[in-house]
Amino acid sequence: MVLDRPEVDALRTPRRPGSRPALRQTAVRFGLMVLPLAFFGVFFAYPVSAIVLRGLKDDGRWHFGRLGEVLTDPAIGHVLWFTTWQAAASTALTLALALPGAYVFARFDFPGKRLLRAVVTVPFVLPTVVVGSAFLALLGRGGLLDELWGVRLDTTVWAILLAHVFFNYAVVVRTVGGLWAQLDPRQEEAARVLGAGRFAAWRRVTLPALAPAVAAASLMVFLFTFTSFGAVQILGGPRYATLEVEIYQQTAQLLDLPTAAVLTLVQFVAVAVLLGVHAWTVRRRESALKLVDAAHTARRPRGAAQWALLGGVLTVIALLVLVPLVVLVLRSFDGPDGYGLTFYRALASAGGSGGTFTVAPLEAIGNSLAYALAATGIALLVGGLAAAALTRRAGRLVRGFDALLMLPLGTSAVTVGFGFLITLDEPPLDLRASWILVPLAQALVGVPFVVRTMLPVLRAVDDRLREAAAVLGASPLRAWREVDLPLVGRALAVAAGFAFAVSLGEFGATVFIARPDSPTLPVAVSRLLGRAGELNYGQAMALSTILMLVCAAALLVLERIRTDRSGEF
Amino acid sequence: MSLLRLDGVTVRFGERAALDAVDLEVAEHETVCVLGPSGSGKSTLLRVVAGLQRADAGRVLLSGNDQDGVPTHRREVGLMFQDHQLFPQRDVGGNVAFGLRMRKTGRAETERRVAELLELVGLPGAGRRAVAALSGGEQQRVALARALAPRPRLLMLDEPLGQLDRGLRERLVAELRELFGRLGTTVLAVTHDQGEAFALADRVVVMRDGRVAQTGTPLEVWQRPASEFVARFLGFDNVVAARVSGGSADTVWGRVPVPAGTSGGEHRLLVRPAGVLLVPDAREEGGLPCTVTGRTFRGDHVVVLLRPADGPQLEAACGLRGAPEVGDRVGVVFDAGEVVVLDGP
Repeated sequence: MVLDRPEVDALRTPRRPGSRPALRQTAVRFGLMVLPLAFFGVFFAYPVSAIVLRGLKDDGRWHFGRLGEVLTDPAIGHVLWFTTWQAAASTALTLALALPGAYVFARFDFPGKRLLRAVVTVPFVLPTVVVGSAFLALLGRGGLLDELWGVRLDTTVWAILLAHVFFNYAVVVRTVGGLWAQLDPRQEEAARVLGAGRFAAWRRVTLPALAPAVAAASLMVFLFTFTSFGAVQILGGPRYATLEVEIYQQTAQLLDLPTAAVLTLVQFVAVAVLLGVHAWTVRRRESALKLVDAAHTARRPRGAAQWALLGGVLTVIALLVLVPLVVLVLRSFDGPDGYGLTFYRALASAGGSGGTFTVAPLEAIGNSLAYALAATGIALLVGGLAAAALTRRAGRLVRGFDALLMLPLGTSAVTVGFGFLITLDEPPLDLRASWILVPLAQALVGVPFVVRTMLPVLRAVDDRLREAAAVLGASPLRAWREVDLPLVGRALAVAAGFAFAVSLGEFGATVFIARPDSPTLPVAVSRLLGRAGELNYGQAMALSTILMLVCAAALLVLERIRTDRSGEF
Repeated sequence: MSLLRLDGVTVRFGERAALDAVDLEVAEHETVCVLGPSGSGKSTLLRVVAGLQRADAGRVLLSGNDQDGVPTHRREVGLMFQDHQLFPQRDVGGNVAFGLRMRKTGRAETERRVAELLELVGLPGAGRRAVAALSGGEQQRVALARALAPRPRLLMLDEPLGQLDRGLRERLVAELRELFGRLGTTVLAVTHDQGEAFALADRVVVMRDGRVAQTGTPLEVWQRPASEFVARFLGFDNVVAARVSGGSADTVWGRVPVPAGTSGGEHRLLVRPAGVLLVPDAREEGGLPCTVTGRTFRGDHVVVLLRPADGPQLEAACGLRGAPEVGDRVGVVFDAGEVVVLDGP
């Protein structure tokens, strides 16, 4: 949740532009922004625009006609339509299932609540490829439902929708529940005393306060599902493709760059509009709400209705979140000779997968960890500088920069990855052979998480604390070290954890740029899934299990650090 | 030479001038209190001296040196914020030691000084306590110790006692005054509470809309408010327009005696409540006939609200015995000793 305190800002004495300290401040802010701007310029804007240009420009001439041709192609129209309606359906389904969960986590106290909150968050940071394989193991050929009742959903849209709910359940629970937990219950009690019934009090008092958070969460879910790649790639089969999947196929399989360029533009515009709406609702959400310590608003459920609600939510979590994870783990042990470590052993040798890899798949673990660590470092540096620059609110320019930082989350990762390939392979930036290419691409998705986690905390630091330090003799740099850094240390750790987890799971861009002899875990899983044979499938499950454990471990560490839910994710 | 001098300091926020050509001097070892309603520019004044806010015009001199371009952390002034702004992540000792650490004071010296200051503010041995666990009054003391620790040449206090309850406030005012006298600290404080200002200050500066309305010792300001604004701000409401001729003035309340030496012409007059004397029967004594419309008990006296037939209401201070009841009809005569001619607006 955003815990900004606009009232503090309103009290702050306005700074006059043009005076010397204001100029110095502008200079400092610009200095801080240089690196993030350069980073986004070189590793985001340049590759993406190069790809788009290559698609739309031929022999020095623009081919805007391609736009019309592609957009009127019935097949593309089908993809656009499917992308939109499945995102809408996924969002509606996620809200329906997760809002009761948000309420339960906000208002009820029950044993194991902290652990359960960490568990429902695991899917969000899980690589989409793993989510896809988990649902394949549950709903697919020879999956749990197939064995029990002969039901297969992997060729239906339900597999995609359920995977999306699984993936985004935590977004709603954390965003809405985080605010809900901090709404003062006495507001509702005041309404009750004034004669409102239980439901009327909720509808008139709590719902309006929650509405912006619900809107923001819905938009995030819509954004994530609109640009969904890994899960749809695995579960969609030949029938269902999102824009992102289509871009991948046009780029990597059909080598039709112009079409991919148009689709990238379409997705870019859609995402920019979504982010604009998101930024607007977030700003509305910062309106003055009376917030209280979340620790004091929860209590044990009372009465049959509340116990039933708790039971219902726990059942949904068990079926939707736990079962796929458990099935995934079980399948990884379910070898040809009964339960055992067959698949895990096979991961250790290069030949075990029938030539899919030139190295043992197990080496992907080491690659992934190394890449993710480097990506986390880059994301912390770039995101930390950006957050420091954005701490003080300022004009429209800075706000624009704020939104710009979110763009990589919604831009086609496939485009970014392919853009890296074609732009960063010539001097002065010949990085094609360098290992740093993968962490750079992964850091692009890590930076938004770092900024979103750090910014509310940094903005909540009362400016007068810095002034107090200055009066006591601390230079601006010293004041930052003595005041800001200790206060945001925890947020920094949380940001690092998120950046690490999303870097670990990044797939769309990495699949293009990871070298064949050093795949990451999601890339290795995807390659294994792309091959026939039970051994390959089992190995994919085993590798997914390992990836899931690594992500879950990172997240559980986070949940320990994170006693105040101050970030947005 | 004065320790602090402000020469025509002006600060503008957009169109509004928070400080409008303010001149102010604070001598060494002097305690000056700036008094004014909220929005009169008091806090801006402190921020300008501390270098947290730049002046649009005018100069700030500390010990005779122009502070233009000197950043806050090199000005060697202390500022106690209105809401203390203790560093939440440090304990009490860490807060008090902060300024000493910034000046690279040795460890042993720092520890000695922290202990000394906590002793001084009446919190001996509190160094390890968390600031969140302190009461408002204790936070106040820690903030004071923190501001005093680096021995600032000028200590500034922003509404130093604003958030404390009354009993604590009165005790702390006495303690602070005694402490500043003993340490020889130069103090510039701002407050909206006249009681606090009068109790603490050697000299009071009353501000209005970014301008200095009056300067003087507490007694001077109290006895001779310079303008209707100052008079009303100090709580005196018996103000009326008057035409002075000879030894008395013509007002809607009838003839009011004025101090000797008052020049003739149009003036505003203040009659302090103690100078509004009640007489039993209006017509016989020749006083101003009034109806009692309210009574407020003030501990050692009663303030009686009177409505004359014409003109603004009057407040009279009466003894506890013999104060009239609401609805009584009384007569009023004025005591020349309690009448003040207000010069300014």
